[in-house]
Amino acid sequence: MCQASEDYAEPVREDPPPVPRPGREQKCVKCAEGLPVVVIRAGDAFCRDCFKAFYVHKFRAMLGKNRLIFPGEKVLLAWSGGLSSSSMVWQVLEGLSQDSAKRLRFVPGIIYVDEGAACGQSPEDRAKTLAEVKLVLQSTGLPWHVVTLEEVFGLSPSVLRCAAQEPAGTEEAYKAAVDSFLQKQHVLEAEGSSSVAQGSEQLCSPPSQDPPGMAGSPTATQTEALSRLFNSVKTLTAKEELLQTLRTHLILHVARTHGYCKVMTGESCTRLAIKLMTNLALGRGAFLAWDTGFSDERHGDVVLVRPMRDHTLKEVAFYNRLFAVPSVFTPAIDTKAPEKASIHRLMEAFILKLQTQFPSTVSTVYRTSEKLVKAPREGCADGPRCLLCMCVLDIDAVDSATAFGAQTSSHLSQMLPVEAGLPTPSCCGAGEGQAQRCCRAVCGKEDMQAFVQEQLCYGCRVNMKDLSSLDPLPPYILAEAQLRTQRYWYLLFQEYLIQDSDEEEETGQS
Amino acid sequence: MAAPLCVEVEFGGGAELLFDGVKKQVTFSGQEGPWDIQNLLVWIKKNLLKKQPELFIQGDSMRPGILVLINDSDWEQLGELDYQLWDQDSILFISTLHGG
Repeated sequence: MCQASEDYAEPVREDPPPVPRPGREQKCVKCAEGLPVVVIRAGDAFCRDCFKAFYVHKFRAMLGKNRLIFPGEKVLLAWSGGLSSSSMVWQVLEGLSQDSAKRLRFVPGIIYVDEGAACGQSPEDRAKTLAEVKLVLQSTGLPWHVVTLEEVFGLSPSVLRCAAQEPAGTEEAYKAAVDSFLQKQHVLEAEGSSSVAQGSEQLCSPPSQDPPGMAGSPTATQTEALSRLFNSVKTLTAKEELLQTLRTHLILHVARTHGYCKVMTGESCTRLAIKLMTNLALGRGAFLAWDTGFSDERHGDVVLVRPMRDHTLKEVAFYNRLFAVPSVFTPAIDTKAPEKASIHRLMEAFILKLQTQFPSTVSTVYRTSEKLVKAPREGCADGPRCLLCMCVLDIDAVDSATAFGAQTSSHLSQMLPVEAGLPTPSCCGAGEGQAQRCCRAVCGKEDMQAFVQEQLCYGCRVNMKDLSSLDPLPPYILAEAQLRTQRYWYLLFQEYLIQDSDEEEETGQS
Repeated sequence: MAAPLCVEVEFGGGAELLFDGVKKQVTFSGQEGPWDIQNLLVWIKKNLLKKQPELFIQGDSMRPGILVLINDSDWEQLGELDYQLWDQDSILFISTLHGG
């Protein structure tokens, strides 16, 4: 950096010179007038106003070029209290208040997930943080939802099912939607200014709290169950992954309950670069495009969107400081953890350190992530999905050459013992009820663990290995695993019925 | 003889967890030679950082991921470690490593 070697030793003065210092010859690279306050990328110094314009433009351009959020859609903003998500919420608020040509056209709500129990926070600290959080939420004027992580113990297995996917809007559909929305706006404005006021009220509806029973404080049993779950995980890496999974499920549930079809998360460029490398190390290479791309449609009806993915953490921190964006600091599961405590921390230290010496590190990784394509393997487009992360399983059951295939097929062959009371055709003919009973006879505890493992992708399997047992997991996960297993057996028996209906000897054998 | 130098040091973004509070007034007096950020860091490490110094300072410089703002300006703009402190300067350390 050429600035570091410049000579800044100035003669001692009587009165300190006014800030900024004379002797800084550089001007803002954009307007060549203002005094620069922040250095973006390598050596580009921006003044305050140009920086703000640059920052806001990046946000709007990210939303505009992807054209995924249709006018009038309900979008849930996932706010963690941290720098990036606070900045994202602030950008949305500013975007909503602009004049009608440039105004953001979707309908936002905010969700905050209280993860204090997983991070070992005391109830007093949690209450204090929650009070600060609610103050900020109320000041936004948007409908907000506060949920605690303990609520995962009340989720139903349906949250793990990928709902029917709506066909992605085409360019023409997007244009048509925008045009019709603008037309409606013009009509409303023509009818009188009172309608405009009504329109803006709709966007800034009074902050609502969840109906009682959802946002109430968690019971001590639930908190204890959550602590027990996280304490039973042996490594910090697996804890972080589990926390992320549970948080995603919870946000998904809230989004579906309240009719939000998009969820915006505040991951910045730096975070996504770190996430990309971390996920490679975790064995999630097949799903990088979904984990780090702009949009993530794996859940079907609810699409995750990452509008902050073009902003580096430095830009976010500066913007928040210069323009007083409120944020609430909450300790996380890896606060104060040493560098080698988890793969996430290690990768973060690696990337950030490399970035100081090679300032294009983060942007290079980011550009690479933009090129990743979401093409499923041939024939696997509608295949089974991972129980936890809901990505399409990249498994070929008959392919014994891979570790997956060998694991799966060997287990399947073990699961068809003659003496385990496999149903004869007559018993299976009675329907699914019979399959359930047969299944229960077959499924012992170790078998359940094995069945769950089979329904996970490689990355999730590796994480599950760090759990000493499946018992502390929230019930919806095990229930869904069991349902899927039963469905699998039912279909398998049906196949046997159809195949063996003509061959009496073989049905006698099985 | 250098006049006593009083600067304000502030921590944000989670860095305050490593210190006893968010803001501190620091006074240097009777120091041989001018104070720069390098000296300040050494001083902070010796006097303010009680435990886990590697989460804040690594070697001679800041841990990657912690930003330094001098009077609300980027320290890269001002010479980083070689910036000479003036009286009533405000140095802000923001940790970007926390949260999302």
